[in-house]
Amino acid sequence: MSDISADGLDANGLVLAADGTPLKRSLARAMRRQKLRALLLVAPLLIFVLLTFIVPIASMLFRSVENDIVSNTLPNTVQELGRWDASTSELPPEPVFEAMFFDMFIAAEAKRHTRLGTRLNYEQTGISSLFRQTGRKLDDIGKVTKKPLEAFDSAWKDGETWYAIFNAGDAPASKNLMKSQRGLLKRLTSDPASGDVNFSPRADVTKLLPKAAREYTAWAIFTAVQDEKDPATRDPWESVYTALILDLKTADLSGYTGPNEDLLKAAQAADLPVPAFSEAFADMDKDWATPVPWKTIQTHSGLYTSGYFLNAIDAQKTDDGVAWQPENKQILLKLFGRTLIMSLIITGSCIMLGYPIAWLLSNVSARNANLLLILVLLPFWTSLLVRTSAWKVMLQQNGVINEVLVWIGLVPDAERLILINNQFGTIVAMTHILLPFMILPMYSVMSTIPPVYLRAAKSMGATNWTAFWRVYFPQSIPGIGAGSILVFILSIGYYITPEIVGGTKGVFISNRIAYHISSSLNWGLAAALGTILLVVVLALYWAYDRIVGIDNVKLG
Amino acid sequence: MKLTKTLLATTALTVAAGMVNADGHMSSELTIVSWGGAYSASQKGAYHDPYAEANGVTIINDDSSAEAVAKLRAMSEADNVTWDVVDVVAADAIRLCDEGLAMEIDADTMLADAPDGTKASEDFGDLLVSDCFIPQIVYSTTFGYRTDLVGDTAPTTVCAVFDTDAYPGKRALEKRPINNMEWALLCDGVAKGDVYDVLATQEGQDKALAKLDTIKDDVIWWSAGADTPQLLADGEVIMGSTYNGRLFAAIEEQKLPVAMLWDAQVFDLDGWIIPTGLSPERQARALDYIMFATDTQRLADQAQYISYGPARKSSAPLVGKHISLGIDMAPHMPTDPNNAKNTFLYNYEFWADYRDDIDAKFQAWLAK
Repeated sequence: MSDISADGLDANGLVLAADGTPLKRSLARAMRRQKLRALLLVAPLLIFVLLTFIVPIASMLFRSVENDIVSNTLPNTVQELGRWDASTSELPPEPVFEAMFFDMFIAAEAKRHTRLGTRLNYEQTGISSLFRQTGRKLDDIGKVTKKPLEAFDSAWKDGETWYAIFNAGDAPASKNLMKSQRGLLKRLTSDPASGDVNFSPRADVTKLLPKAAREYTAWAIFTAVQDEKDPATRDPWESVYTALILDLKTADLSGYTGPNEDLLKAAQAADLPVPAFSEAFADMDKDWATPVPWKTIQTHSGLYTSGYFLNAIDAQKTDDGVAWQPENKQILLKLFGRTLIMSLIITGSCIMLGYPIAWLLSNVSARNANLLLILVLLPFWTSLLVRTSAWKVMLQQNGVINEVLVWIGLVPDAERLILINNQFGTIVAMTHILLPFMILPMYSVMSTIPPVYLRAAKSMGATNWTAFWRVYFPQSIPGIGAGSILVFILSIGYYITPEIVGGTKGVFISNRIAYHISSSLNWGLAAALGTILLVVVLALYWAYDRIVGIDNVKLG
Repeated sequence: MKLTKTLLATTALTVAAGMVNADGHMSSELTIVSWGGAYSASQKGAYHDPYAEANGVTIINDDSSAEAVAKLRAMSEADNVTWDVVDVVAADAIRLCDEGLAMEIDADTMLADAPDGTKASEDFGDLLVSDCFIPQIVYSTTFGYRTDLVGDTAPTTVCAVFDTDAYPGKRALEKRPINNMEWALLCDGVAKGDVYDVLATQEGQDKALAKLDTIKDDVIWWSAGADTPQLLADGEVIMGSTYNGRLFAAIEEQKLPVAMLWDAQVFDLDGWIIPTGLSPERQARALDYIMFATDTQRLADQAQYISYGPARKSSAPLVGKHISLGIDMAPHMPTDPNNAKNTFLYNYEFWADYRDDIDAKFQAWLAK
């Protein structure tokens, strides 16, 4: 404390606090504590918003690029297809078909092949049933190898025979294979696949019979974890038989000693037939004998995809780059455009209708203003559906408005006006529903404008119009801005009203999003459409800020 | 699986013995999801109330079937399936099965035999369109017309819908391609057996849309089943498609001047699925309920409340009179021989494949 001078400065001339620490640091500490306290106060809300709002939205938006289902379901096929040159318009080579057989077999056992079929059907019509039917018929290929092997020696009918060959017991085990197959099943079924299996693959057999060991391990884990059965006594899948016959064609068993070695060597000597996978697939469905499904799998095999975003703007990902959808399927860009234009029209008509009402509200006595305000808010107290359905009763061809027009003779009976199931209907109903969102901010801004300004302008010789346009209107712009942003953003995402009164030409992009969420289950595309909509809104907000200035928006 | 079968065997025994089930293995609550309205009411009368009474179970109704597929998927992803039994149309059951969201049902062991001992798989026959689907009713999408607004000659074929000269006025069609495309092709001269082959081609789809184009200005498109009866009642349309039960209610209960045009009605199925991922107790309860609710007598009972045909062959002779109107229900069933002279069966496989593709084209055409 000795080097503090009387005026509270230290030797370097810094201002010090009472306890001797530099004032700057002391202030920073106090501020930090205050900020922390403020943060603690808002923490419940922050966590609530984060968990219930930000996280779900982010995870939903993430679906627009997520595509790991293809490589999780068909890992080996995707790898093999990577080497295939799709542009030659030839079929992929035999190893691809083989990989597909084994991948598909496990996927079908886990009932995940149909899910992948649904995913790929979004890109190529027909794949859904192709996968479903292939899953059903896959056993038949397996039986081609199972039957001869069992007929050759009935010991192969016993689950114990297989278990003795592949289980390590006291011999060294292949931990890698076990780990990779557990990982495969985990990704395939989104089940942790971590339970005790009562099996570990024998290392030397894994080296000698790699495919069979791979398939047997997958089967053993699946049986133990998913079916909760002991693999030691059960027959393996047909695919294990097929894998063994394939391995025996090339394996060198001469130096091998282990359980059932004679059985294996005898089976190798018997030279049992292997199925021709490409022919077997073509037999199951002729589509497999065309490059189309293979190209689709190859094109959409990445972990992440731009496919959904391309679909969302009427384009598609093909094996040779990005292309537009055929013209008769292009609809989404048109709907985006229509949504924006109609939202603008609705915002405009809300301004036109709302401005005089807001002006009236702010210029009548407080008692009358309250009464009027209740009238403005009254529609809020009825359900949205009821209000929309009421418009149906009003606007339809035998509805109230047409009946009145015909009755007073303005419109001939045969030419009743079409007021609903078109854009007009949507605009009318939505303007009505969103009007309070325009009136309220306008009213709260207008009620702060002192009426003396108008009187002053008039006393200095301004006409009514000049006084309004030059003096009053500029002061009410923040209210218009706030109301417009509210109405525009609400209407851009509107769904139920356009659905009910919009007919065919008055529907919005949100109606397609709803369709893809609840009917077609194409959540990736729905997420992409939602993301685009969000970006458009943010861009417009940014543009508004640049042009009008967001400071110019007031809610009161 | 084994557990389920054991449980099933025990419950089958207790049910057979007609005892009140105090089995600790089954949950005492059952959440059943259905379509709401008159349809849920019919299920309540025919299945829920008798079952709840016999077993002391609380049944909770949830009218969410319209969004069942999307909601079940979301529930399954959140690992929190709160529904036990869900009523869906067959096409949705196929999709739920494909997605692994519905459990597979072995009809012969999990569903009741017919009274004469016929196995369930045979009694339901071709209607078991998916491994996960337990059929309940046959309904049809067909046309109704205003008898007072169609002139002197009432329409007799579905092609009257496309004949705006003979029958001027608006028609109501569903805002989706399914059924409309088939009717358009039929009325464009395509033979019934060829419809789906034609519709699988680009030319065929164009042909169907071109046919629909001829009446596009005269159509009001509906998206909820209640729309058409309302539009008919208001005189907004002279004819329109909807589910036959809705038209039955308009004709017999509300006494509107409406008649049915059964020609080229499209048969579709509605039934139950049990979601995957239920706890053993809840699954056992759901299976027990299903065993009860889809037996021959129960399915026939439902027809006392609503004009949808029971999915079992053995239920048809047991269909009686409407419970409050007292009229014979058999002539109002879509499956009645007089009504089923010319019918069409919804092709599930085709629409599972082509739904997204054709829907995009259909919506693009609508927006033109």
